[in-house]
Amino acid sequence: MENNLKKVDIIFEVDDKCTPLEVLDKTLKRSADDIILDLIDSGLKGRGGAGFPTGLKWKFTRNETGDVKYVICNADEGEPGTFKDREILDRVPEKIFAGMTICGYVVGAKEGYIYLRGEYNFLLKNLMKKLEDFNNALKKRNIDFRIYFKSGSGAYVCGEESALFESMEGKRGEPRNKPPYPTVAGYNSKPTVINNVETLVYTTMICHMGPEKFKALGTSDSRGSKVFSVSGDTPIPGIYELELGMPLHEFVNEFGDGDTKAVQVGGASGHCVPRKKFNDTIIGFEGIPTGGSMMIFNSSRSMYNVLHDYLEFFTEESCGQCTPCRVGCQQLLKGIEAVKRGERPPAYLDDLKKLTGTMKIAAKCGLGQSVGNPFNSIIDNFREEIIY
Amino acid sequence: MSKYLVNLKINNMPIAVEEGTTILEAAKKLNFRIPTLCNHPDLTVAGNCRVCVVEVKGARLLAAACATPVSEGMEVFTNSEKVRVSRKHIVELLLSEHNADCTKCFKNGHCELQDLASEYRIGDHVFLDLVKPESLIQDISSPSIVKDDSKCIRCQRCVRTCAELQGVSALAVVNKGDHQKISTFLNKPMHEVVCTNCGQCINRCPTGALTERNYIEEVWNAIYDPSKFVVVQTAPATRIALGEDLGIPVGERVTGKMVASLKKLGFNKVLDTDFTADLTIMEEGTELLTRLKRALVDKDEKVVLPMMTSCSPGWIKFQEHMYSDMLDNLSTCKSPQQMFGAVAKTYYADKINIKAQDMVVVSIMPCVAKKFECERPEMRDSGYQDVDYVLTTRELAMMIKQAGIDFNKLSDEHYDSILGESSGAAVIFGASGGVMEAALRTAYEIVTGREVPFTNLNIQPVRGMEGIKDATIKIKNVKPEWSFLEGVDLHVAIAHGLANARQLMEKVRKGEAAYHFIEVMGCPGGCLGGGGQPIPTSPEIRKKRSEAIYQEDEDMPIRKSHENPEIVEIYKEFLGEPLSHKSHDLLHTHYKPRKRY
Ligand SMILES: Cc1cc2nc3c(=O)[nH]c(=O)nc-3n(C[C@H](O)[C@H](O)[C@H](O)COP(=O)(O)O)c2cc1C
Ligand code: SF4
Ligand code: SF4
Ligand code: SF4
Ligand code: SF4
Ligand code: FES
Repeated sequence: MENNLKKVDIIFEVDDKCTPLEVLDKTLKRSADDIILDLIDSGLKGRGGAGFPTGLKWKFTRNETGDVKYVICNADEGEPGTFKDREILDRVPEKIFAGMTICGYVVGAKEGYIYLRGEYNFLLKNLMKKLEDFNNALKKRNIDFRIYFKSGSGAYVCGEESALFESMEGKRGEPRNKPPYPTVAGYNSKPTVINNVETLVYTTMICHMGPEKFKALGTSDSRGSKVFSVSGDTPIPGIYELELGMPLHEFVNEFGDGDTKAVQVGGASGHCVPRKKFNDTIIGFEGIPTGGSMMIFNSSRSMYNVLHDYLEFFTEESCGQCTPCRVGCQQLLKGIEAVKRGERPPAYLDDLKKLTGTMKIAAKCGLGQSVGNPFNSIIDNFREEIIY
Repeated sequence: MSKYLVNLKINNMPIAVEEGTTILEAAKKLNFRIPTLCNHPDLTVAGNCRVCVVEVKGARLLAAACATPVSEGMEVFTNSEKVRVSRKHIVELLLSEHNADCTKCFKNGHCELQDLASEYRIGDHVFLDLVKPESLIQDISSPSIVKDDSKCIRCQRCVRTCAELQGVSALAVVNKGDHQKISTFLNKPMHEVVCTNCGQCINRCPTGALTERNYIEEVWNAIYDPSKFVVVQTAPATRIALGEDLGIPVGERVTGKMVASLKKLGFNKVLDTDFTADLTIMEEGTELLTRLKRALVDKDEKVVLPMMTSCSPGWIKFQEHMYSDMLDNLSTCKSPQQMFGAVAKTYYADKINIKAQDMVVVSIMPCVAKKFECERPEMRDSGYQDVDYVLTTRELAMMIKQAGIDFNKLSDEHYDSILGESSGAAVIFGASGGVMEAALRTAYEIVTGREVPFTNLNIQPVRGMEGIKDATIKIKNVKPEWSFLEGVDLHVAIAHGLANARQLMEKVRKGEAAYHFIEVMGCPGGCLGGGGQPIPTSPEIRKKRSEAIYQEDEDMPIRKSHENPEIVEIYKEFLGEPLSHKSHDLLHTHYKPRKRY
């Protein structure tokens, strides 16, 4: 079968003729409004999962009054099956620093923080050195912006932006009520841009290569490319930067082991796509979006076990503050166990599906709201495996 | 800054409200009730229970009404299909995690979760039972508070109460996910942590997860025991709140009915803590004047100022934990409850010819810390435990109901004598600033021979609900023996709620506050907002109770402690004079430092 899957090299590209600092120098000569226009024009959407247009996020924060604002890089990378941010941090950290500095210039922030997943502390030694050099370079250039690291607490929910702020403020990592949104009241209740690691690198690269080249990639809803973490039943697991908007079957052709039964797109909180839907599933905001995780399952896998693992994960990782999520996750987990053991009839699965409807609209944050994604997509497509 | 008006519609009815108003508040204005659990008028917004979810037209998610501010053009539906389905799910989920044995629960009939369950007619259990066996073991280590995790719905009201209102943080959220719970430091028993036993968390817990340790059966047993002579004392703040639990509107005084009901319950004598409140003023006022004299005349460097009141056992335990370097600032006076117990089992027992060992002293208190206080080893100066049982205002209401007394129809009755007479100065002990006002009424008169220079004896500057109040009283034209106080500006401060107390203590410790006398009450509003008072509580409710207290004061024929004839008599016949040897033995105490966690 013909394969149009397009591999791209933007994120990890190392161009000796134009270092991240040089991109920074040339970008800071432009006006903040021009930079925002380019970002909006590029169509870049956040790569952390929610897919909010990055240019707009920066613009909203820029429009807030007040002299204290923050730029935060979300490097908590907790979604099971995602490991692309680690690679970016390790290989091209200066591109992240440059993106944060540009953002600081655009929105009027003087401090940037990288909230680093606790498990990635082993990267710190190398990163600290590079950050020191970068901060010194900023100092030399009289750029009033400094970047610091903060170590994460190790909870998945701390990747959720408002829980991340709470955690940074030394409190328990519990998501906040919204509104207010981070652009208005984020870290220390000040206007804050929070972006994913990868998003920030793309902002640097868009400033480097211009919006046109970026826009030329992808589809109208999903511009550009994205870094994927490919794992599971694949002969070639790893990190790949691919053009967005690909049909899933092309992806499976490239990465599957010939016996692919399903792909979990977007990690534990994403959707499970069965083989029969590979052909008409687009990977992108118009189809199934992903923060980067692509987990491939072949026919040897029990989808009951897969779902059970995910539900155990959410049951443990829920921060526990809101009822729909704390109790809902436990009910889903215990519920499929009860059905499996025959203690509840198969129709109980439909009661649980209704429950995910409530979790989706009534839970306080994205964690509880998205548990229904894997639950419903696995129950709907692999109902027999769950019951028998 | 004036606020914009925001126009919105709730259930198709238009309304304009100030910017920043929540959907919950706006709906209330239109008389749409939205159920709530984690929300409380005294606390910051949590938005975690989610029972208040409503539908906002065009929004992907339901909004938590308590946590969502209105916005222009918003269209809200409080009872749409989506809302009903979700809300019912949420109540079902809460119940699935809940040990709902209502018939055995102390909160049966007074429980917000039970109300909600009954409102939504949650019948058959849809979901699986998730109650954890380990949660079924109650923490009964504290003489004041019972903590039952199997009844907890994780609304975190207690955590916010303890942190925001009390500045104690004895309770905190620990763990995440299915293991998340409300815990103490290292999950230690309540009796071994910084908990002050103030009971404010109990007042705000919507369920039976935090309740007072109740002694109703013990008290009935004492009443039924023919070999026991059971006397009961009632604290100032009970008489203005008891009615709330018995179908009487907030703010209505029920002093006479309360006395009548206590007599009907079978107590041998119905006496008044207000009597010993007056006694406290005599002792504490004299102690203050003595300290001032030692400081100003004798230049005694060991004398500690500011002197701080000691009638609130929650505050005392707080101080023992948090500011143990400042224990000498505390007045050595026992609380009125404990003075009463000590006097009852000595002076009074002799007078009425009852042996102290046959006497049972029961207190009706707005407080749960007093349950702890009466068991303190320091509180046995009569040779016996001075006060045997402490019941909250709520527990008394339960006893009255159990006895089948139609409280509303009772005719007023009077306290027995002696130990039943009191002044208006005593009743205001129940409000923040009241002890200060009572002390000033007496001390000023002792020193100058004249009444305090305030209209109708009402010292307005020390009244009101502000967290920390201060005032200065100029002392002029003193009697010759008090000449050292001539022209002195007496600086006083008042705090209520331990978070405010903490602020004030920090100022004192840093030397930023040159006060002579400080009144602290552990609970918001003072005892009228005590941890043993009828539930619910809110700023409005406390305001009404406070008005009732000051009205009770104005209606009393005697307004000053030193004019209480029974006080005059007890000094003449028994104690001699304030701070006498006998006073010291019976009415004064000492404190002990405790750990900070
Ligand atoms: C439970 C949960 C976990 C999250 N974890 C991460 C994460 O590890 N990294 C991340 O960039 N965004 C994460 N997010 C999304 C963030 O809340 C936020 O949307 C993102 O950082 C915004 O950056 P972007 O606009 O660049 O995508 C998480 C969201 C939820 C609800
Ligand atoms: S949805 Fe889950 S993780 Fe999010 S606030 Fe609620 S309990 Fe916490
Ligand atoms: S807390 Fe409420 S719902 Fe629970 S058992 Fe007690 S009365 Fe019933
Ligand atoms: S009784 Fe008071 S101090 Fe103790 S936990 Fe409750 S609110 Fe905190
Ligand atoms: S103990 Fe009571 S107030 Fe505290 S979280 Fe549990 S239910 Fe809420
Ligand atoms: S009352 Fe609004 S979320 Fe609990």
